[in-house]
Amino acid sequence: MVRSHVTWNLVDDWHQLVQYDFMRHALLAGGIAAVLCGAVGCFVVLRGLSFATDTLTHVGFAGASGAVVIGLSPVAGLLGLTALMAVALGALEQRLRGRDVVIGMILVLTLGLGLFFLRLYRGYSNETYALLFGSILALSPRDVVVVAVGAAIALAALAAIFRPLLFASLDEQLAEARGVPVRAVATAFLLVLAVAVTAATQVIGALLAVALLIAPGATAQRLTTRPAAWLLLSVAVALGVTWTGLALALWQPYPASFFITSLSTLTYLAVRLVTAGAGLSRLRPAMRPAPAAEG
Amino acid sequence: MRNPGGPAVADRTPPREAAARRTDRPVIRLQGAGVAYGHRAVWRHADLEVAPGEFVVVLGPNGAGKTTLLRVLLGLHRLAEGTVEVLGGPPRRGRHAVGYVPQRRTLDSDLTLRARDLVALGVDGDHWGIPLPFASARRKRALVDAALEAVDATAYAGRAIGRLSGGEQQRLLLAQALVTEPRLLLLDEPLASLDIRSQGVISGLVAGLARERGITVVLVAHDVNPLVSFVDRVVYVAGGAMVSGRADEVITTETLSALYDYPVEVIRDSRGRIVVVGLDDCDSHHH
Repeated sequence: MVRSHVTWNLVDDWHQLVQYDFMRHALLAGGIAAVLCGAVGCFVVLRGLSFATDTLTHVGFAGASGAVVIGLSPVAGLLGLTALMAVALGALEQRLRGRDVVIGMILVLTLGLGLFFLRLYRGYSNETYALLFGSILALSPRDVVVVAVGAAIALAALAAIFRPLLFASLDEQLAEARGVPVRAVATAFLLVLAVAVTAATQVIGALLAVALLIAPGATAQRLTTRPAAWLLLSVAVALGVTWTGLALALWQPYPASFFITSLSTLTYLAVRLVTAGAGLSRLRPAMRPAPAAEG
Repeated sequence: MRNPGGPAVADRTPPREAAARRTDRPVIRLQGAGVAYGHRAVWRHADLEVAPGEFVVVLGPNGAGKTTLLRVLLGLHRLAEGTVEVLGGPPRRGRHAVGYVPQRRTLDSDLTLRARDLVALGVDGDHWGIPLPFASARRKRALVDAALEAVDATAYAGRAIGRLSGGEQQRLLLAQALVTEPRLLLLDEPLASLDIRSQGVISGLVAGLARERGITVVLVAHDVNPLVSFVDRVVYVAGGAMVSGRADEVITTETLSALYDYPVEVIRDSRGRIVVVGLDDCDSHHH
């Protein structure tokens, strides 16, 4: 890897960052993935889908390695199989609710399958490593375009279902009674999530993708009470950790994925500590006299 | 359906607004209705007519089909037999004339969404796309403010839902149901997991709003006592059947023993509180 030196001159640092093609591609693809993951992550947190998201990333790994075996692009396999899994999860959501065991078994099964496929491909350890832990500094211009187009479609879909999704996430029964097609909305969201998983896997790999999809949303949730602000803040956190992580990876001999996941977790922990300690007064119940006995 | 003592008579005079809305058409009409999950019948042969402005309390043991009755009225569950009419037509989802408060599970204490956003979803939660700051936004704001005012929740409208008390959350859900100006309110156990004082306050609030606005209320409850001064009619669901009538007609040793097909006893204490004795035995007997 090209070695550079960090300075206190931010302009100079910026020029160093963008002087290489691979770095420009990484910043662009990472940024797009971060925007998508930040927005999608809010609903992952709200709907309690962390585990399902983790499963989707592993399914993605199997899809990508399977695609490589049959001579397709890994992105096609990644997106194809996660989307298929998303539809299956959507169809079975009612029955899968609270069935961690089933989801957990799908998770390990697909991870094992992915390993098997890679073996069939005569075990290129570079491929394995890239899929599992990300290869953002090795993205081609074509990869960047694929991530950008996918993210644009997914974000448009998320904007379209925003209100019904928020409603159904808060109270599914109520939303259903109010005329929201809750099943269709849930499946549409899982498909958007599949695209986000694909994008995140390109950036930080299948094993770590879940970090970009949970931490920013959970962090932002602790800082605001407005849905729009929550979304924007989550996007900002995702962008911040991704770009900082990439910059650190340029100047330090450690992988970008490591920095991105660590920064995500540390940001969440820091915000959690601050809000739990000092506390935002408007987020906490004030002491009030008890209501009168008679209505 | 067995209807002891003839048709229910509302014992309070409805105010003018309510009277103006009253027509001869019942708000709810069930005829020979029955529901089932798969092949298992929940209740059958139910006949029920609810007049506009009536305050109906639905009682019965767990699993008797009280929530299912509300789901039928909401158009979320199909009858296995018989007919149902709500506000003069077949029940259907997404009607603004029907307000609904589902059974409350405690909302996640991490849920930091503002209280007023929950109420706002009652206005446009079923609309596609993201909300835009146009004229409709001002109209929505006015509707939400009015609903929050009506349930006296304005003070904590900006706070996170997850950090509010059970009674406060219940008020917000009620505001959410009122925001579309419904003619029929369906409330599923709004008093569950509230302390006894809040039960009284929320019951009074619902009854007051219903009387003011001439809203028909169907409220599912576990205990009739906090509601006894407001209720026009009791529907008791148990043992696969439904009985309706005035509280003092339905909640009697004879009627309930017949309904449960098991000897239970209704006791009134010195302050008029109603206690049904023997139900615990009855439940274990059935299960």
